[in-house]
Amino acid sequence: MKRLFSKESVYASVFGILAFACLIFLAGITLVLFKEGLPLFAKVSLWDFLSGTAWYPTHEDPEFGILSLLAGSLWVTAGAMLVCLPLGIGSALYINEIAGNTQKAVLKPLVELLAGIPSIVFGFFGMVVVAPFLQRLLHIPTGLCAFTASLILGIMAVPTVCSLSEDALSYVPASYREASLALGATRWETLIKVVLPAAGSGISTAAILGVSRVMGETMTVLMVSGGAAIIPHSFFQPVRPLTSTIAAEMGEAAVGSTHYQALFAIAMVLFTLTFIFNIAAEILSRRYRLKLGIQR
Amino acid sequence: MDKEIRMRAEGVNFFYGSRPALKDVNLEIYRNQVTAIIGPSGCGKSTFIRLLNRMNDMVPKSRLEGRIFLDGDDIHDPETDVVDIRRRVGMVFQKPNPFPKSIFENIKYGLEINGMRDKSVIEDKVVDSLKKAALWEEVKGRLYDSALRLSGGQQQRLCIARCLAVEPEVILFDEPCASLDPISTARIEELLMELKQEYTIVIVTHNMQQAARVSGNTAFFLLGEIVEFGKTQDIFTKPRDSRTEAYITGRFG
Repeated sequence: MKRLFSKESVYASVFGILAFACLIFLAGITLVLFKEGLPLFAKVSLWDFLSGTAWYPTHEDPEFGILSLLAGSLWVTAGAMLVCLPLGIGSALYINEIAGNTQKAVLKPLVELLAGIPSIVFGFFGMVVVAPFLQRLLHIPTGLCAFTASLILGIMAVPTVCSLSEDALSYVPASYREASLALGATRWETLIKVVLPAAGSGISTAAILGVSRVMGETMTVLMVSGGAAIIPHSFFQPVRPLTSTIAAEMGEAAVGSTHYQALFAIAMVLFTLTFIFNIAAEILSRRYRLKLGIQR
Repeated sequence: MDKEIRMRAEGVNFFYGSRPALKDVNLEIYRNQVTAIIGPSGCGKSTFIRLLNRMNDMVPKSRLEGRIFLDGDDIHDPETDVVDIRRRVGMVFQKPNPFPKSIFENIKYGLEINGMRDKSVIEDKVVDSLKKAALWEEVKGRLYDSALRLSGGQQQRLCIARCLAVEPEVILFDEPCASLDPISTARIEELLMELKQEYTIVIVTHNMQQAARVSGNTAFFLLGEIVEFGKTQDIFTKPRDSRTEAYITGRFG
């Protein structure tokens, strides 16, 4: 009896340690991020950092304004949403509502497979296929621009949005559909007025997670966004999002230098943004479960 | 007059894949009467009632033989508009299934999909159907609260109100009290007695006393077949078939 008890407690502590390991990593990353990044604000004010449009980290008189980088990220993210929301939600609706079981069994895994393609492959594809094609098609100076980045990132986020939206749709109880159909609603009315609203916060969660996926994506944007640190005035200008700035410059920044600290500060901004998005997604999905009466 | 046939099933066979669920079912449903369908679990009674408003259309790989008429029209005819059938034949389900919206919006939904736009007409209709479903007194102060906050019995009466609002001719009740407590059940039964003045009602029930209390005619289903169909009084007092007798006296099911 006593031995059994001690075995139990060994199991408990082993799994406990494994579970808390994640927390330790999270805490460690956050700590390092802030430890390396915060000293920057002794030299550059937070306001200048966030609102400055000039990013010249290696000049003799360096400037560390990330507004143009932030704008680049937001442009690309907004554009990517225009691509992945219709595609993702549309395909989720098709898979859930229209495709039969056979089609569903093929389609959903295939869409999810898209998520397994390494981002460098997407970037490569964008750089050698999509960008030259768009350049010729639209007669723009370069195909490496916000538009291309949005397009590729949007497609990369489709699996996230589609898969989670489809889950949300399938959690809508069949009884809601039945109730609506039995009242003489058409399938279309049922979908638009009953199923979609009931799955609404689940779909919003999917969209937000899509946003944070796009925002944090690095390799692809580095390859296809063009890399110009200016505030873009159109979708067809090169941009330089936050992530690709870090990826491109970290190798050259001397450890402990102001530049190095500024890159960490950029990472802090990214971390904060995706953190906010993830919290929002969590809150929404919790509300969604409550609404459907799923306790947790 | 009270013998006028509203719905009629003729030689109905129904299959889930290759498994037969109903075998040669013939049944008449009379105007302004409550027709009860009783039988043990899995006897096909729910399958049958769901054929009456074509709720089984969505079941994959199912197949129907035979015909079901509503006022002489074959409801499964390819020419027939299923939406129209469902507007004329309403349904209340086993588990109360209000939408996750307010009480008001639950009823408004059915009115809107039926093309009603006028706000004051909708408001009148909502109040009217809540009164008919004997729910008005309990909810009149909180029409804009979530329907999911009502008790099970109230939710079921809301579903009845929602169904009444679109003015069906026939109402199907698929074990409407299966998840309710005895007091709520009694209220629903009272309601059924009132509703039959205006509507034609079919009720599937597990509960034989319920069938005896509310219905005029009763059909006893067993293994997908109708064993006996006739006046409720006769079925319960002098059943012709020994299986009916065995069931109503509680020897099985």
